[in-house]
Amino acid sequence: MSTPDLTCMEMVELVTAYLEDTLAPADRARFEDHVMVCDGCSAYLDQMRHTIRLAGSLSEEAIPGDARDALLQAFRGWKANR
Amino acid sequence: MTDTAFGPGEATTVAPPAAAASPEEQRLLAALRGGDEAAFAQLVDRFGSSMLRLAMTWVSTRAVAEEVVQETWLGVLNGLDRFEGRSSLKTWIFRILSNTAKKRAVREGRSIPVSSFAEPGDERGEPTVERWRFSAPESRYPGGWTVPPRSWDRIPEEQLLSAETLAHVRRAIDALPPVQRQVITMRDVDGFSSAEVCNVLELSDTNQRVLLHRARGRVRRALERYLEPGLDLEGDGPGGDAGTPEVET
Repeated sequence: MSTPDLTCMEMVELVTAYLEDTLAPADRARFEDHVMVCDGCSAYLDQMRHTIRLAGSLSEEAIPGDARDALLQAFRGWKANR
Repeated sequence: MTDTAFGPGEATTVAPPAAAASPEEQRLLAALRGGDEAAFAQLVDRFGSSMLRLAMTWVSTRAVAEEVVQETWLGVLNGLDRFEGRSSLKTWIFRILSNTAKKRAVREGRSIPVSSFAEPGDERGEPTVERWRFSAPESRYPGGWTVPPRSWDRIPEEQLLSAETLAHVRRAIDALPPVQRQVITMRDVDGFSSAEVCNVLELSDTNQRVLLHRARGRVRRALERYLEPGLDLEGDGPGGDAGTPEVET
């Protein structure tokens, strides 16, 4: 029994479910079979992984020192009033 | 209800069960309750910037977001004795943050986004990739790429990770409808798990995934437009019908 092949347009809408690993095994296999033979979808998946990685590199901003000092001050106040 | 930060409307049946506080968090909690400032500083350093980023999705300015973070920490300290460790410490802190930020947004007169598919600014059924990039249903390979994406592996790493590229990513995220922005910020920028996001934002698994899907799709498009200028010219151009491929699950 064969299931119909995935189209590229469908693949695009399944990419998050694939990356989140929430596709049913048969759908996952269909997805992977398609990506294996489709350069466009393979590139799309690759772009999505880059997108996620680039978003992850936005996290390097530290909180400013004065905000941190104010918080530690607040902690001392809290401790003193316990 | 002692594990939740504020009043009614807290309990939710949609979010998956939260993981309980880990042994490491239990130690941290004990230290905090004992007034250990280093433990508090450690927590501030670990979560501070994620909290600020998330607060900014609800309030209008960075200054107000900083106040929200400050107020959240006070709420955390004052709630420490009531926290029973049934959720993780992280989830608990971020729930206090979201409640604090929402209250502040209300006071600022901003409307609170409802966690749903149909957010303002999110046109119903907008496809993840423009329809003109796929061949028509009556063509030989319906739904196949006509203007396929190209791998970004050939783009030098320095360009991908340049300040300018990252600025585009940030702008694309900032331009998202609020809940999409919250989901992608927590998941992809700050590395929260889907369960943590569902718990903090009170979303179902499916809802969280759909919002993440839309958010990532838009950020990818913005990146593609920046990294590959002129791509639009290769197709018929945007416009035409904006049909609705349903998200399958």
